[in-house]
Amino acid sequence: MIWGVLQFPGSCDERDAVHACRLASGEARLVWHEDRDLGGVDGVVVPGGFSYGDYLRAGAIARFSPAMEAVAELAAAGGPVLGICNGFQVLCEAGLLPGALLLNESMRFVCRQVELVEAGSIVDLTTPGGGQVNQSTSLSIPAKHGEGRYYAPEEELDRLEANGQVAYRYAPGQNPNGSARDIAGVRSEAGNVLGLMPHPEHAVDPLTGSTDGLRVFEAMAAVAA
Amino acid sequence: MAKARVLIRPKEGILDPQGKAVERALPALGFEGIGHVHVGRMVELEAEDPERLAELCEKLLANPLIEDYEIQTL
Repeated sequence: MIWGVLQFPGSCDERDAVHACRLASGEARLVWHEDRDLGGVDGVVVPGGFSYGDYLRAGAIARFSPAMEAVAELAAAGGPVLGICNGFQVLCEAGLLPGALLLNESMRFVCRQVELVEAGSIVDLTTPGGGQVNQSTSLSIPAKHGEGRYYAPEEELDRLEANGQVAYRYAPGQNPNGSARDIAGVRSEAGNVLGLMPHPEHAVDPLTGSTDGLRVFEAMAAVAA
Repeated sequence: MAKARVLIRPKEGILDPQGKAVERALPALGFEGIGHVHVGRMVELEAEDPERLAELCEKLLANPLIEDYEIQTL
C-alpha cells in the first residue's frame, strides 16, 4: 500500500499524516498540489492545515488544484481517500463528500482531545466480518479547528444515517463545534472516501497518549486491499 | 469590463454565530431594537463577460449548500 499525502500551500499536518500512513500500512510520500499525476499511489490523504490561507471559505480554493482532479479520479475508481480537518473541508467543497463545515458555534478555535464513537466500522463495507481492524467502538483523538460544524440539510442527514454514511460521531456531551447530530466524520456512498474533523494522524504513538488514530488509517488501507 | 458586486450571505435557517454575536453585543452599546443580524461577505470585481458571474458564484464565490448570493451589476 502506497499512500500519497497532498501538500498545499498552507498545509501543516502533512508530515504527521505521512508518518501515520507508514506506521499503519506501509509506504507514503508527499504529493505537491500542482501535480496532476499522483505517481501511482494506491490511496490519498488530504491533510489538515489552512490550504490557500482558508481564503473565501476553508477548502474552497484547494479543490481546484490539479492534484484534486487526480484525487477525484482515484475516488471514482474506488481508491481510498481520507480527508482530515482541512482535508475534510476540501473534500466537501469538491463534492466528493456531502455537506459542509461551518464556523464553530462558539466562534472559538477548539483544540482538545475528543472521544469519537465509530458509527459502524468502516471496514464492514468492504470486508464482511470487519477484517483485522479492532472492533472497539470508541477512539480518543485530538480535534483542532475553527470551522468544524458539520452541516447538511435535514433530509440529507436522514439519508446519510440510513445509508450508514455517518462514520464518526462525537461522544455524548463532547461535540466541540455544534455539528449536526454530533457528526464528526462522514463517508461517501461507496465508502471509499472518508472525511473527519479530528486528527487521527496526531494519535499514532503512545508518546502522545493514544494510538487510536492508527485504526482510521488501517481501515482506509483495508478499502484498498 | 463591467463592474459588479456579489453579496454572499448564510442561507435562511442556518445558524450564523457571527450575526448572533453582533446582535448580542448591541444592547450593551446602547443600540436597542435591532434583530435578525446576519454577517456575510461582499466581493467586488470587474468582468469581461457578466453573463458568467452566476456560474462563478455557484462554483467558487458561494457554496450554494450553505449560502445565498446576489449579483449586482454596477
